[in-house]
Amino acid sequence: MEELKVDMENGTTQFIVVTLGDEEYGIDIKYVDNIVRMQNITRVPKVQKYLKGVINLRGEVIPVMSIRIKMGLEADEYSKSTRIIILKLEQHGNIGVIVDEVQEVVTLENSQIEKIAYDPKEEKENFIFAIGKYENGGLISLLDLNAVLLEKEIV
Amino acid sequence: MDVSQYLEIFLDETKEHLQSLNTEILNLEQDSENEDTINEIFRAAHSLKGMAGTMGYKRMQNLTHDMENVFSEVRNGTIKVKGNMIDILFQCLDALEEYMNTIQETGDEGTNDNEPLIKLLNEVLESKDVEPAAGGKAEEKGTEQASGTAVGEAKWQGIRFDDTQKHVLREAVRQGKNVFGLTVKVQETCILKAARAFLVFKALEELGEVIISNPPVQDIEDEKFELDFSLIFITDSPLDKVLKAVKSVSEIEGVDGDAIESDKLEGLGEAPKSPKQPVEVEQKAAVEPQAAESVSPPVPQPAPPKASEKKNTVSKPVVNRTVRVDIEKLDVLMNLVSELIIAKNSLVSASGGERGVSGFNEHIEYLESVTTNLHESVMKVRMVPIESVVNKFPRMIRDLSKKLDKKMELYMSGEETELDRTVVDEIGDPLMHLLRNAADHGLESAEIRKERGKPEVGSVFLEAYQDGNNVVIEVRDDGAGIDTEAVKEKAVAKGLITPEQGENMTEQEVVNLLFHAGFSTAKKVSDVSGRGVGLDVVKSKIESLSGEVEVRSKKGVGSTWIIRLPLTLAIIQALMVDVGGEKYAISLGSIQTIEDITPDDIKSVQNKEVIHLRGIVIPIIRLNEVLDIESRKKREDNLTVVIVKKGDRLAGLVVDELMGQQEIVIKSLGKYITKCRIISGATILGDGEVALILDTNALF
Repeated sequence: MEELKVDMENGTTQFIVVTLGDEEYGIDIKYVDNIVRMQNITRVPKVQKYLKGVINLRGEVIPVMSIRIKMGLEADEYSKSTRIIILKLEQHGNIGVIVDEVQEVVTLENSQIEKIAYDPKEEKENFIFAIGKYENGGLISLLDLNAVLLEKEIV
Repeated sequence: MDVSQYLEIFLDETKEHLQSLNTEILNLEQDSENEDTINEIFRAAHSLKGMAGTMGYKRMQNLTHDMENVFSEVRNGTIKVKGNMIDILFQCLDALEEYMNTIQETGDEGTNDNEPLIKLLNEVLESKDVEPAAGGKAEEKGTEQASGTAVGEAKWQGIRFDDTQKHVLREAVRQGKNVFGLTVKVQETCILKAARAFLVFKALEELGEVIISNPPVQDIEDEKFELDFSLIFITDSPLDKVLKAVKSVSEIEGVDGDAIESDKLEGLGEAPKSPKQPVEVEQKAAVEPQAAESVSPPVPQPAPPKASEKKNTVSKPVVNRTVRVDIEKLDVLMNLVSELIIAKNSLVSASGGERGVSGFNEHIEYLESVTTNLHESVMKVRMVPIESVVNKFPRMIRDLSKKLDKKMELYMSGEETELDRTVVDEIGDPLMHLLRNAADHGLESAEIRKERGKPEVGSVFLEAYQDGNNVVIEVRDDGAGIDTEAVKEKAVAKGLITPEQGENMTEQEVVNLLFHAGFSTAKKVSDVSGRGVGLDVVKSKIESLSGEVEVRSKKGVGSTWIIRLPLTLAIIQALMVDVGGEKYAISLGSIQTIEDITPDDIKSVQNKEVIHLRGIVIPIIRLNEVLDIESRKKREDNLTVVIVKKGDRLAGLVVDELMGQQEIVIKSLGKYITKCRIISGATILGDGEVALILDTNALF
């Protein structure tokens, strides 16, 4: 299994802030290859529910998954601001994740990233490895891509 | 010195040489007197040694060096080929292969000196001492020469002159100039031998004139020489100055030279006539470069001289002439072609709307022919003969024959059949497994074969041929065949089937049980096969290559394993179909016919839908159900059924609509989507949409 750890050594890390429902989430920018608009997704039968299908990204076939379904939220409603974030993974190739909206890119100091303790009772938090604190007091949940992409579906 | 950039070439060539050694030593075992074989072996061993030395792999070099010594003795006829020698040689080859694998993985040859092997080789070498003394003496010299410790005393004496050169030399002597014969030896580790030789020539030309060299200058420039070359040189300078000049060139191991007296000049040209010369020639034949251009060969010449031998290698059509192309570059090319086809497809779909735009269709046709040609030529580059894979099997069967103590013979045909490179790379293991199976489980022991009235020596056949868009590889044996009762028992014992199920199974179904994971019928687990990882692995491997495997067996007569592989993997002709509004592609290769049927034609047998078509009962698969989607057709509508085949079996796939035939580029769904077995990949249509490719084999 490949390591999808946020590199803490540089002092700062950049995150893309996206919204899923009411919450804001951060995705480490170094895994982001591309952000594309929502497009027609070709359904693939007989796969996990959170795999929405595949899209054509400049001649490459890329699988697309729904973070919402994976995290046990209600299904996506596609709107004008819905985006597919293409993540590049060394071993698994590229994969797209659907988010409600892409907000901005933030740079967080290590001191602004607070690791959270793993709580087995709360399923949702398993997908988050830390909380990022804005200077203005806002909070974003930093997604643990390991858990989001590679772990098994919650039953 | 940094030789890492040559590593790949080194590995490739080593593989080739090892393969040819394997093949030739096998031949040698059959026909120990064949001179061509022995020469071929010697050449391969010698090249291996040289290459290993150049790359700085000392251990590998040592081992090949000792092997070469043995071959050299065999070539001189002083050692007879014996059974145990062949075994030792094969062990050496295995050891070399191990070195090679270690190098491939780590870039280093490891620390295994393989001393026992070297000792064995030396024992073989020593066994020559019982041979007649005269021969023995000649060898000693030969061995010493081969070991590269001594510069040939006077190799330049082997040089012969034509009349003009003789005249020039005589003239020079008459003018009081010095005529020297020189033999220059380049260090074994030297990589740019030609460059060193050039520097030697340059140094010499400052002092005088090089009259003739052996091998000829052109060959030296082309690096067509071993470690040394000889030349005749006219100069005003004394010998020690000349020698010093040569030695000043780096990576020159040594130089040997002497003045040629005028009275000797006459004799030199007709060297073979002098009584001493033939002996010398004989002794050093193994290592000594002779005048390649000599018109009349010396009378007794047991082995061809090295220089001309080298030439032979160059001019002779080598069987394994391969063009090495970086597979990555090919993939890029492949992708380009893919995109071209996508572009073409979009043109096609654009033309669909507006009919009759003149010229437009012509463009498309042109584009189509271009892309098709391009596709074909790229495909051809990717195709390699399966030879490279199957070549190692004769050796394997030989080893198995010894190990299992069964007599068997492997017959191969169709080694030249070509397959996609990626397939060829992958097909080795499954084939090896099937062959081992045939040898271990299939063939009976000699006694039983005798009892059954079969020839004592069992036969295993490996046959490859092209069949339409497929390549078929058959592994056949004339052994016992598959004991279906034993298979049934075993399957019941393993809980794969119930005894009742077993009763109702056809022979073929029982045989297919062999492909179940963890199934092995051998009563005792042997070294060779029967470790439980077996035919299921073979099957899944072949299926991962979009191929299929089936087995036919007749008890007492033998079994045949048939592997069917697609010629290419990347671009196929496909039928596009519509199922519930979604587009799917079905490979044309697997489609038998397309039928229009009424709902009344569908009959029910054992709760399964079938149709009765021209005397054949074909099960019906409703694709919309398999794909979890609503069909757009009503129950009472006529049905479009695509009849697909898998081996001998047929199935009818019910689709909503046919959309036409298209050349499609197969794209992988990626490693992320692994659960979906019925989809073998995806393709991008002209309008940019992704369509999935149905793996009809998985539907059966």
